[in-house]
Amino acid sequence: MLKIDNLHVKVDGKEILQGLTLEIPSGEVHAVMGPNGSGKSTLANVLAGRPGYEITAGSVTFQGRDLLALAPEERAREGVFLGFQYPVEIPGVNNVYLLKAAVNAARKHRGLEEVDAFEFLTLVREKMRLMRMEESMLSRGVNEGFSGGEKKRNEILQMLVLEPRLAILDETDSGLDIDALKIVANGVNTLRSPARSLVLVTHYQRLLDYIVPDHVHVLVKGRIARSGDKSLALELERRGYDWVTGEAA
Amino acid sequence: MSETENRLESLLARRYKHGFVTDIDADTVPPGLDEDVVRLISRKKGEPAFLTEWRLKALRHWLTMSEPHWSHTSYPPIDYQAISYYSAPKAKSDGPKSLDEVDPKLLETYEKLGVPLHERARLAGVAVDAVFDSVSVATTFKERLNEAGVVFCPFSEAVQRHPELLERYLGTVVPFTDNFFASLNSAVFSDGSFVHVPKGVRCPMELSTYFRINAAKTGQFERTLIIADEGAYVSYLEGCTAPMRDENQLHAAVVELVALEDAFIKYSTVQNWYPGDAEGKGGIYNFVTKRGECRGRNSHISWTQVETGSAITWKYPSCILRGDGSSGEFYSVATVNNRQQADTGTKMIHIGRDTRSTIISKGISAGHGQNTYRGLVKVLPSAHGARNFTQCDSLLMGGKCGAHTFPYVEVKNPSATVEHEASTSKISDDQLFYCLSRGISEEDAVNLIVSGFCKTVFKELPMEFAVEAQNLLAVSLEGAVG
Repeated sequence: MLKIDNLHVKVDGKEILQGLTLEIPSGEVHAVMGPNGSGKSTLANVLAGRPGYEITAGSVTFQGRDLLALAPEERAREGVFLGFQYPVEIPGVNNVYLLKAAVNAARKHRGLEEVDAFEFLTLVREKMRLMRMEESMLSRGVNEGFSGGEKKRNEILQMLVLEPRLAILDETDSGLDIDALKIVANGVNTLRSPARSLVLVTHYQRLLDYIVPDHVHVLVKGRIARSGDKSLALELERRGYDWVTGEAA
Repeated sequence: MSETENRLESLLARRYKHGFVTDIDADTVPPGLDEDVVRLISRKKGEPAFLTEWRLKALRHWLTMSEPHWSHTSYPPIDYQAISYYSAPKAKSDGPKSLDEVDPKLLETYEKLGVPLHERARLAGVAVDAVFDSVSVATTFKERLNEAGVVFCPFSEAVQRHPELLERYLGTVVPFTDNFFASLNSAVFSDGSFVHVPKGVRCPMELSTYFRINAAKTGQFERTLIIADEGAYVSYLEGCTAPMRDENQLHAAVVELVALEDAFIKYSTVQNWYPGDAEGKGGIYNFVTKRGECRGRNSHISWTQVETGSAITWKYPSCILRGDGSSGEFYSVATVNNRQQADTGTKMIHIGRDTRSTIISKGISAGHGQNTYRGLVKVLPSAHGARNFTQCDSLLMGGKCGAHTFPYVEVKNPSATVEHEASTSKISDDQLFYCLSRGISEEDAVNLIVSGFCKTVFKELPMEFAVEAQNLLAVSLEGAVG
């Protein structure tokens, strides 16, 4: 599904990713953990195509194609989804309108007709129930006045409706209380399938109690310092990042 | 400069879709302005003596005035003697009696513009008066309006059929001495629309006028007068386009609204005059005086404008809140792209007790456009308990445009409440990237964000036109972001 090879990325002239290599096969869930400033969010943003990141070396292949050659909107239409750490507010734009525009952009890309309005609403309502979201959130402005938890749930709602092939969730667990965390995890789990891959970017192992990963990677200074199964996350929780950073140094 | 701005710069190209010229025989008076020209216009219209005299007084007053230059705009001097003050498509008889008599080329023009003159009008349920250059071409739906007792006709027809109403109301809201452009208009206005809704009548449909400048080197000086008698209701919409021409053309209109006790007037404008090309060559100078007077108790006047066209816009649709408990509203979206300049806003004059006013202004600037909100909220000593709320928001696209806000507040009654909120923002890289990351194209993303920004104004437009306004906005900002 996704193959990252020796990726070097600079932000404002400073090298953040320093030769990152990672392969994520179809159907797997990978957690990327690491201390602050290790490059986790940079990785998520580079995969989604956010401007402002200078790729100095390396390659990223998504389903056999050069992902870095695609514009952000093309990546999305090809099935890449980024769940934002800080979803932005777009005042006055209906939440459901944005969602529908997104669905139709992807459908158009695949040569399909625009989605039927009634079917679309039925689908969205079903997913909203799963995310325990009030229906009024559909007609509110995109993330406008949403609480931190509501914004994160809204991200997962978008993901459930868009059904991406590769979802990258950037600290989706931050700012969530335990009940909201369970709802978000439950939403994510319903999307797990052999045809889909997930990258969970997180500080804490707490999220991984509810979304159990196939692999855990620890990012230190822009490289994967250690990989393992879910027990690695537990060990990190016990021993702290110093344990890995010390080894990497 | 951010990457978004770079992309903005690189794609500042717009296309004007109404820029065709209709090849039609026109009766145009030679350029120049003096008493003879004014008399000629008045004679062509067969006007009563009081009106000819009123025009001449206006001309004499205008000759003593000089062009105002306090607005935040710049343009080369206008040679008022080089303009032709009257141009009319040549008719077979004196004037069209029905749609069948209207020159098919004219109807074709309106067809191209999407003005529903024929059956489409009936479907849309909108009564349309179309003003081509200086004369009114056709007014649809006369019969249904007649049944309701509503008068909706070209101004020149009202001169013939309702001179008493004209004599009573003309110039009572915007006197011929008001300002340079209003005085000029009073002297030379050629046509426009007239509406009278009698006591207690709710006008059964939206009324609409479509203005079109076709002929070269002419000015358009239409005059609109709307009177809503006690308890009457009327919603009126005007749309405007013009062909693409290299020289600037002057449009100096006057609109007067009179709302008597408990009357309600809603006046909406979708202005898309030719804005000039990317270098600022050509385009319409839109110097317009619009004012409504809430004359009776609890009367209400609401202005909504979507200004996307014109090289220069200078207009301040205003409300004189004379009646106790009367209220005025001003909802505005003004867009400038390329070299366009807009200096627009409103005046709310509170005279009566417990008068209320609301001002919502959304300015969007792109390219090298300059957008100014200029507003006055004036509370006179008699206006106990007056309230005003003003909100001015500006959205900037790219780094070469400008947004300016000049809110004037004069309060002479201590019981008044005046609130003002203002914001200036840019389309943020974050908002844009958020949309892109959901697969939405950059162009669509910008339109989405801009219409979200304008939402509070668009929802004030009659439904049939809200969509049109949104599309127009998309066209006028076409290429503003790429």
